[in-house]
Amino acid sequence: MHLRRVVPSGFGIYRQAIGFPSGSHGHVGRGRSRGGLCLSMTVTAAFFYLFATITIASGFMVIASRNPVQSVLFLILAFVNAAGLFLMMGAEFLAMILVIVYVGAVAVLFLFVVMMLDVDFAALRQGFLQYLPFGALIGIVLLIELIFVVSAYVVDPGLMRAPAVPIPAPDVMTNTEALGQVLYTRYFYFFQTAGLILLVAMIGAIVLTLRERVGVRRQNISMQNARTQETAVQVRKVPFRQGI
Amino acid sequence: MELGDILLAVAIMLGKSLLLLVALLVFIAYALYADRKVWAAVQLRRGPNVVGPWGLLQSFADLLKFVLKEPVIPAPANKGMFLLAPLVMCTLSLAAWAVIPLNAGWVIADINVGILYIFAISSLGVYGVIMGGWASNSKYPFLGALRSAAQMVSYEVSIGFVIVTVLMCAGTLNLSGIVESQNTSLGILGWYWLPLFPMFVVFFISAMAETNRPPFDLPEAESELVAGYMVEYSSTPYLLFMLGEYVAIMTMCALGTIMFLGGWLSPIPFAPFTWVPGVIWFVLKASFLFILIAMVKALVPRYRYDQLMRLGWKVFLPLSLAMVVIVAGVLMATGNAPGMR
Repeated sequence: MHLRRVVPSGFGIYRQAIGFPSGSHGHVGRGRSRGGLCLSMTVTAAFFYLFATITIASGFMVIASRNPVQSVLFLILAFVNAAGLFLMMGAEFLAMILVIVYVGAVAVLFLFVVMMLDVDFAALRQGFLQYLPFGALIGIVLLIELIFVVSAYVVDPGLMRAPAVPIPAPDVMTNTEALGQVLYTRYFYFFQTAGLILLVAMIGAIVLTLRERVGVRRQNISMQNARTQETAVQVRKVPFRQGI
Repeated sequence: MELGDILLAVAIMLGKSLLLLVALLVFIAYALYADRKVWAAVQLRRGPNVVGPWGLLQSFADLLKFVLKEPVIPAPANKGMFLLAPLVMCTLSLAAWAVIPLNAGWVIADINVGILYIFAISSLGVYGVIMGGWASNSKYPFLGALRSAAQMVSYEVSIGFVIVTVLMCAGTLNLSGIVESQNTSLGILGWYWLPLFPMFVVFFISAMAETNRPPFDLPEAESELVAGYMVEYSSTPYLLFMLGEYVAIMTMCALGTIMFLGGWLSPIPFAPFTWVPGVIWFVLKASFLFILIAMVKALVPRYRYDQLMRLGWKVFLPLSLAMVVIVAGVLMATGNAPGMR
């Protein structure tokens, strides 16, 4: 029993690893933990390392593979495995939204663009060595910044004691409901602003790519449906040996 | 959680999955047979009637024929991805069945976000198509893949809005919860098909477009396009594409049953009818939807591509968006919104 305190969320995550059954929010097991928790921890760890390894490996393959289409497919693999990691943390809503939005929509568009563009990546890499020092410099600067950020990162101790909204028990409220309650109450204006920004971006993209071409014949379906025999058929009396 | 417990849980899970898989595949074999019989009956033909009594074994004969043929892999194709594409298609469409409740409690994984899971899985189905078309390394499959990918992506949007209206009424993302929320004393009149009738129609049509069924079978369009993205496929890989497509159609039928036709609930909510096991009602309702889809295949001519896109983006999208607003407004005004009950 004392093990549960040391490693929380063992049981909940184990149950997800087996096939994510109902109502598991990945929180601390609901008082059902018995002995042998180490084994379920091993299963959890095995799944975590599986997902994490594939994520990192496919992330590497995104930049390493020669074929751009394969790069995008590896990117998709990375997304799917990241969704698996979300699931293990109990963020099932985020996991599904990640798959629906990024894999189901955004990556499809990526794939479209990459397939349609006839880019010769081998030719693009010709001057690779020439730019290598400059690229490496930028990379090192970014790496140092990352190290500074990560090493200085501390969770504010006051944050844990004063949550924005009271955290409901995982039994009472599902993940989705909890997210909705926070998004539509406390962060309502931020949420609406984000929506507005997306709307503006969407309209901007449409306006930028809209071309009004003259002389293009278009079908107007309602006009076509409104045609009757009177408007569509003309009966003419054709004079003999003259034509119309 | 001893080792034995874990192994037992895994074994039970595997057993349940295998049982569902076998039942589903046999059901689909007969759904395919029914599809062909309905089609034939509308056209005053006999349909399959040679293999077995009344042709009942036709689907199994087809299976054997596909498996025993020689798989041809084109020389310029990307071999790995060429073989991966049908597997992706088939596996993904079968994976959706993990969360579908056939009866109260008869579900392999009763997850909180079941409907999102199905939506996510069906949105992944487009990758099988794109990968197949691209890996064939030939012009016709590639063009076919682009067409069908555009089609599948467009109709996902309206299916998403249909799902939103249903889950606003149900107040849960769990599929069993959605069925239970339709369990009223009104029986068949209390299911969501009646209050959300426009969305039921939108869902039915979008489901056909999403799964590339006639009259939206532009990806295949036998008479114009040879076979779209699967031109280069033969033998078992082709079989997997076909199977994935039919499983996806059955998934859509099951989803329609759960969201609009009350899942395993009896249509008449008193004694002699409620004794019938729920799974029978479920299968009957799903078969009803499937027969409707089969009838549409026989009755309606194929849409042109621009008409298809117009229907998706200019008709269904505004309609379903408006319905989301209307349903939310009505629920708020009558005090039935999920947080208010």
